[in-house]
Amino acid sequence: MDYAIYFFNDLLKIFALVIPVLISVAMIVWVDRRVWGAVQLRKGPNVVGPFGLFQTLADALKYIFKEVIIPVRANKVIFVIAPIVTMSLALVSWAVIPFSESLVVADINVGILYIFAVSSLGVYGIIMAGWASNSKYPFLGALRSAAQMVSYEVSIGLIIINVLLCAGSLNLKDIVLAQKSIWFAIPLFPMFVIFFISALAETNRPPFDLPEAEAELVAGYQTEYSGMMYALFWLGEYANILLMCGLGTILFLGGWLSPIDVYPFNAIPGPIWFIFKILLLFFLFAMVKAIVPRYRYDQLMRLGWKIFLPFSLFWVVLTSAFLYFFNLLPA
Amino acid sequence: MIAHAIIFYFLSTITILSTIMVIASRNTVHSVFFLILDFVSAACLFIMLGAEFVGMILLIVYVGAVAVLFLFVVMMLEGNFEKIKQGFLQYLPIGFFIGIVIFLELIVVIGGWQYKSEFIGTSKIIYDANETNTEQLGKLIYTDFFLPFQISGLVLLVAMIGAILLTFRRRTNMKRQDMVKQSSRERVDSISSVDAEINKGVKVND
Repeated sequence: MDYAIYFFNDLLKIFALVIPVLISVAMIVWVDRRVWGAVQLRKGPNVVGPFGLFQTLADALKYIFKEVIIPVRANKVIFVIAPIVTMSLALVSWAVIPFSESLVVADINVGILYIFAVSSLGVYGIIMAGWASNSKYPFLGALRSAAQMVSYEVSIGLIIINVLLCAGSLNLKDIVLAQKSIWFAIPLFPMFVIFFISALAETNRPPFDLPEAEAELVAGYQTEYSGMMYALFWLGEYANILLMCGLGTILFLGGWLSPIDVYPFNAIPGPIWFIFKILLLFFLFAMVKAIVPRYRYDQLMRLGWKIFLPFSLFWVVLTSAFLYFFNLLPA
Repeated sequence: MIAHAIIFYFLSTITILSTIMVIASRNTVHSVFFLILDFVSAACLFIMLGAEFVGMILLIVYVGAVAVLFLFVVMMLEGNFEKIKQGFLQYLPIGFFIGIVIFLELIVVIGGWQYKSEFIGTSKIIYDANETNTEQLGKLIYTDFFLPFQISGLVLLVAMIGAILLTFRRRTNMKRQDMVKQSSRERVDSISSVDAEINKGVKVND
C-alpha cells in the first residue's frame, strides 16, 4: 500500500512537470516564429487565437490527423522508435531541473552528470531516424548531426567542469546556491558565451542547423517522416532547446535567484525568475536564428575542435589555478 | 524491498537478453543498438547499487561517445553479411579459447569471494555516510591512486595520438582555407587596374 501511494505521488509530480513543459514548448514555438517574423518585418503567426497564440496547437492538431507514412524499405521498428526516443529523452532531463529551492522532481547528487548523460543520448534519436529511413538524405543528415553533437558535447563538458570547480558540487541546487553572491556568468563570462554557442550547435539550431540544411539535404534526418512522428521530432527539438536555456540559467545566471537581493526583487517567487531567465536566453536563441547565416560544415568542425575545445580546456586550467592560489576552492 | 527486487530483476533480465541479442541478431546495426541497450541497463544497475557516479560516467562515455562511433563504423561498413560469416569456422577455435579463459577468470573471482573481507580490510577506503560517493571516489582517485589514474590517462592519450598519426596523410593537391590569410587580405593585394593590350591580354598568376 505504501508503495502505491509513493508511486502515485511520483506520477502526479511527473504530470505536474511534463504538462507545463509541453505547453510551454508549444508557446515557445510561437515566440520563436513571432520574433523571427518581427526581425524580417513580417507579422508571423497572428490568426489563430489572440495574437496567434494557438497557432502551435492548431498545427499539432493538424499533425495528429495526418497519415503516418512508413517507407516500404525502411527498418520499421527503428523508424518508429526514433521519434519516441527523441521526445522522451528531451522530457526526461527535466526531472532534475530545480525551479526553486524545493520545487524539483528528483533532487539527485549527480544532477549535472544526469543532464549531460541524457543529452548525450539525444544523438541516438537522430542516428536511428537517419539510418532506419533507408534513404540517402536522412542518412547524410544523421551522420552530420552525430558528428556535430558529439563534438560540441566535449566543449560543453569542459565548460561544465569550470562551473563545477566554482560551485564544488554536482547537485544542480547547490550549483545555484553557490551563485548567491555572484552569478557565474560574470567571472566565467567567456565560458558563458561558449556555452551559449555550443548549446546552439548541440540543439541543431541555426546557424548550426546543418543536419537539416534544406539547401543540401532536403530536411536531413526528418525527410521521410510525416504526421505525428514528424511532430514528435519537432517537439523534442524545442523541448531540448528549452532545456538548454534552463541549463544555461542554472549554470550561469543563478537559476531561481533574484539578480539583487533587495526588497522588490526578492519578493518575486523563484520559479518566476527562473522562467523569466529561460525566456531571456530563448529570446537570444531566436534572435540568433533570425540574424546569423548558416555555417559551412568544415567551419563548424573547426570552431568546435580547434577553437572551443582548446580555449575551454585552457580556461579550466586557469580557473583551477586561480581558485587554488587564492584559496577560493569551495569546501 | 520487494519493489527493489522487482526493479533489479527487470533490469538484469534486460541486460542479459540484450547481451544475447548482441551476438544473436543478424543485422549488425541491430547488434550495436542492443549493445547500447545493454550499456544503459548496466548503468541503471550501477545506480541501483548506489554507485551513481559510475553509472552516469558509463552513460556519458560509453553510450554517449564510444557507442556512437561504433555505430558510425558499423553503418558505414554494412554490406555483405554472408562475406562476414565466411570465416566463422576458421575463427571458432580462437573464440572458444577466449571463452574458456574468461570462464576460468570468473571461477577464480567467485572462488576468491570468501577472502573478500580480508581484502577489503587492507584497503584504504574509509566509508563516511555523510559524503556522497562521488566525493569519496574523487578523494581516493586523486590521492592514493593518483599515479595509476594519471598513467592510464596518458596511455589513452598515447593510443589516440598513435591512431591519428597512422591515419593522417597530408594531401598536396587540394586547396586549403586559411582564415588568417583570408581576413588579413586587403584591397591593394587583390585588386589592380591593368591596361590590357589588344590580342595579348594580361598574364594572371593564380
